[in-house]
Amino acid sequence: MAEDQVIVGLEVHCQLDTKSKLFCGCSTDYRDDGPNTHVCPVCLGLPGAMPVLNKRSIEYAMKVAKALNCTVLHESEFSRKNYFYPDLDKAYQITQYDKPLAEGGYLEIESDEGGERRIQLTRIHVEEDPGRLVHMGNAERGKYSLVDYNRAGIPLIEIVSEPDMRSPKEARKFLNKLRATLEYLSVFDSDKEGSLRVDANISIKGNERVEVKNITSYKGVEKALTYEVTRQKNLIRRGQRIERETRHFIESTGITQSSRSKEQEHDYRYFPEPDLRPLHVQSWMAGIVLPELPDARRERFIAQYGCSLNHARTLTGELKLANFFEKVVAADPKGLSTLAATWIADTLIGELNYRSMSLERVDAAGITELVSILKQGTITDKSGIDVLRVMLDQRLKDEPAETPAAIISRLNLAKTTGDNSAILTAIEEAITENPKALEDYRAGKGGALNFLVGQVMKKTRGKADPGELNRLLTKALAKREA
Amino acid sequence: MESHELTFEPDDRYNAFLTVCKKAPYGKGNLSGIAVAVKDNISTRGIETTCASKILKGYIPPYDAHAVELLRNSGAAIVGKTNMDEFGMGTTTENSAFGPTLNPCDTGRVPGGSSGGSAAAVASNMVPMALGTDTGGSIRCPAAFCGIVGLKPTYGRVSRFGLIAYSNSLEQIGPMAKTVSNVSTLMQVIAGKDRKDSTSYDRPYTHTPVTNIKGLKIGIPGEYFGEGVDPKVAGVVKTAIGRLEELGATTVPCSIPSMKFALAAYYVTCTCEASSNLARFDGVRYGPGADSKKSWHEAYKEVRRAGFGTEVRRRIMLGTFALSSGYYGKYYAKAQIARESVKSDFARIFSEVDLIAGPTMPSIAFKLGEKSDPLSMYLSDILTVPANLAGIPAISVPCGKVDSMPVGLQIMGRPFEDERVIDAAYAYEQAVN
Amino acid sequence: MVTEKDVEHIAELADIGINTGELDTFTHQFNAILDYFDVLDLVKGNSTVTRDLTNIMREDVVEPSLPREEVLKNAAAQEDGFIKAPRVM
Repeated sequence: MAEDQVIVGLEVHCQLDTKSKLFCGCSTDYRDDGPNTHVCPVCLGLPGAMPVLNKRSIEYAMKVAKALNCTVLHESEFSRKNYFYPDLDKAYQITQYDKPLAEGGYLEIESDEGGERRIQLTRIHVEEDPGRLVHMGNAERGKYSLVDYNRAGIPLIEIVSEPDMRSPKEARKFLNKLRATLEYLSVFDSDKEGSLRVDANISIKGNERVEVKNITSYKGVEKALTYEVTRQKNLIRRGQRIERETRHFIESTGITQSSRSKEQEHDYRYFPEPDLRPLHVQSWMAGIVLPELPDARRERFIAQYGCSLNHARTLTGELKLANFFEKVVAADPKGLSTLAATWIADTLIGELNYRSMSLERVDAAGITELVSILKQGTITDKSGIDVLRVMLDQRLKDEPAETPAAIISRLNLAKTTGDNSAILTAIEEAITENPKALEDYRAGKGGALNFLVGQVMKKTRGKADPGELNRLLTKALAKREA
Repeated sequence: MESHELTFEPDDRYNAFLTVCKKAPYGKGNLSGIAVAVKDNISTRGIETTCASKILKGYIPPYDAHAVELLRNSGAAIVGKTNMDEFGMGTTTENSAFGPTLNPCDTGRVPGGSSGGSAAAVASNMVPMALGTDTGGSIRCPAAFCGIVGLKPTYGRVSRFGLIAYSNSLEQIGPMAKTVSNVSTLMQVIAGKDRKDSTSYDRPYTHTPVTNIKGLKIGIPGEYFGEGVDPKVAGVVKTAIGRLEELGATTVPCSIPSMKFALAAYYVTCTCEASSNLARFDGVRYGPGADSKKSWHEAYKEVRRAGFGTEVRRRIMLGTFALSSGYYGKYYAKAQIARESVKSDFARIFSEVDLIAGPTMPSIAFKLGEKSDPLSMYLSDILTVPANLAGIPAISVPCGKVDSMPVGLQIMGRPFEDERVIDAAYAYEQAVN
Repeated sequence: MVTEKDVEHIAELADIGINTGELDTFTHQFNAILDYFDVLDLVKGNSTVTRDLTNIMREDVVEPSLPREEVLKNAAAQEDGFIKAPRVM
């Protein structure tokens, strides 16, 4: 290990996608509804109310344990973690302490140097989510908080890694792989806001560990850790000590800040939850059947669809994307896979990100049609991009969605075949309008040809076939007398 | 469908009730129209439930405890909520924030606790039946002090859903009445599995008491008749046990060596669990309200200082200390091992005998204000806590008087043999009446 | 042996206020009770606590929640359906 090696460990909390809460029957589908509408005596923590464990939450957690190669304990147990906070209505969180559901395990990620790395895990356990606080008021009128207990009692799975990651980038890869795995297991919906929270532990070799708590976005984890690496390395360079402390990440500014010291008094006075009984579920592991997981699907995409490793990685990196790809090529896998892989992985994803648009809004049939058309060669790649953009914009703005064929027809994007007169005219115009380019071309400057190609493309609105265009342009340039 | 109303206007000169339901609705069923009082730590929908504490003054639960739901389904009329030691913490009902309950047998004395209100309501004939709760003797002690019958069922036989928790691993809701027969009838209504209580067992109670106890072997623990027990009380109980022998039972001396740990194990366990259970009372979702102008911790501390009585605060602090970093192994963990020791002592004894008998309390009811030292108060629970630690059924039935005050005979049985415990009490009661 | 300072610290940990004037008495009583608890040091053995009820679970079925008015009914202060609480400073 390098002398200033970065050491990162993550504690990842994911909401399990059950229908009802961890200890009561309240619906978990609370996000579109008003505050305190998904609450009952149990999750509100009313005096006298008692928890009853949701079986599916354990089944889901065990699926995760199996997929991550963990060992489920013979006996596991819930414990109370006691602390006082307005969003914690019982003043204790029911979690697992000394007898978690599972221990050990690992997750394989792509290392920074290429190749695979195995990140070891410490443990997996199940616990309940607290409620949600909204901070109100100001210094003059007085500050107060508003509490919504809809989230109280939502089942969480906590996955704790060993401090095995060596960079913020590796942490992000770990998180992405973990997210994808949980999605493939159908136990987690990453589209739900707030469904994932991360506490990160980071140190520079030989120095104290800093904890950054409650990072709520994937990008945020890498940003927070990158900031911390810089901050800590700066302190070390200045000969200062790193304080062992808890910090929190501020998304808007990308910095971490030291948390208030009252929360350092971490005496949680754990003891076993007397209202719940122990779990003896080790024997359930044998009966758990895992679906195809990301790595296996990636290998299958390479073997079955001929995808490149990079394309396969990208396409299988998210469950919905992988499903989308397979849906698009289903009609003619042999014919469409290669082109579809390129178009989806290299183009579609970028266009969606640019529009902050979710894949769900894209019609797979439309993409199938577009890829088929591109395969036939009746439009250029540039036109293909234009068509795609029109399709996406229509969906994004809830306008009537046209088929690719209709768009091509309407915008007259079909390649000009046979009749070159339009291109030839455009070529002559472009050369005439740009005498300097002609000079540069004759002088052997390579960029001149590309420049002229671009000018012609503009005039023909991208309809010219690039190969044809190049040939004709070169011919025309040669013809021009000096 | 509740379609009738019972008018209930008792002359409550003993301060047995905290809330009276003047018009109590009731329906059809085995207990149709029978007035039942409910201890104020048991949640009743629409009826104020305070645990005799200022911190819950005005709290109206939006749900019924499971036992209350069963009571309503049996047609009973719930006529009021009874006084108690605050949150169940006490042996005399003097720890109520709303004044002590007086013993109907002698209003200068305590009725026992913590279910003192329920005991007084029954003893003074205000109601024929009442629900109490027993964590370390809180049904049996007031039953003994007031001269009525009270049963602590086997742990898990009656649902705790809706019972405002003091010590989850020790407590049970149980029936109190003047006769063993009525206690048995009430037990029939409230016992049985509740899917809302993960610690509840599927053991309904459908027994009608019988007087035949011929051939039963009864263990007499030396520890129940030794140092610390008033000799006059011991004498009365010995006579009562003699009566059981006349009815065909045989007695065998026995010993419970783990008794020496029992009280410490009990108080460590209940204070630890209570310190956690009572932390939720922050005035935000229910209770007297937290001052939003203060910071969270300041407001929270203030609500608790003002809302909890001295004994409650003392036990919360003891429990917090015992669970705090470094002390868990010394106290809570050790207490659970001690409990196993008590359980195995009972198991060993019950392999030789069917029942165990002795006094319920080491003395008759104290005078009001007599026990001011907490430790001295705790020591009076010594004969009742073992049954809670072991989770076994235990009943107190009146067996005579000392200085004109009632004395209780305590009978304990194997787990889930509440029926046999009831039968022994019934046999005795029928023989002497 | 706990001191008055220890008792004050425990009160802080428990976020429970002690009235001035109570501290002295509390400390004495605390010590007497803790001395009594010392008998547990004599308890031997490791706990293999008997576990007879295990795997108590319910099916993942949605059941009706409380109507919001019921949730808010006992709260001293509320705003727009939220429950109001003092701010953690």
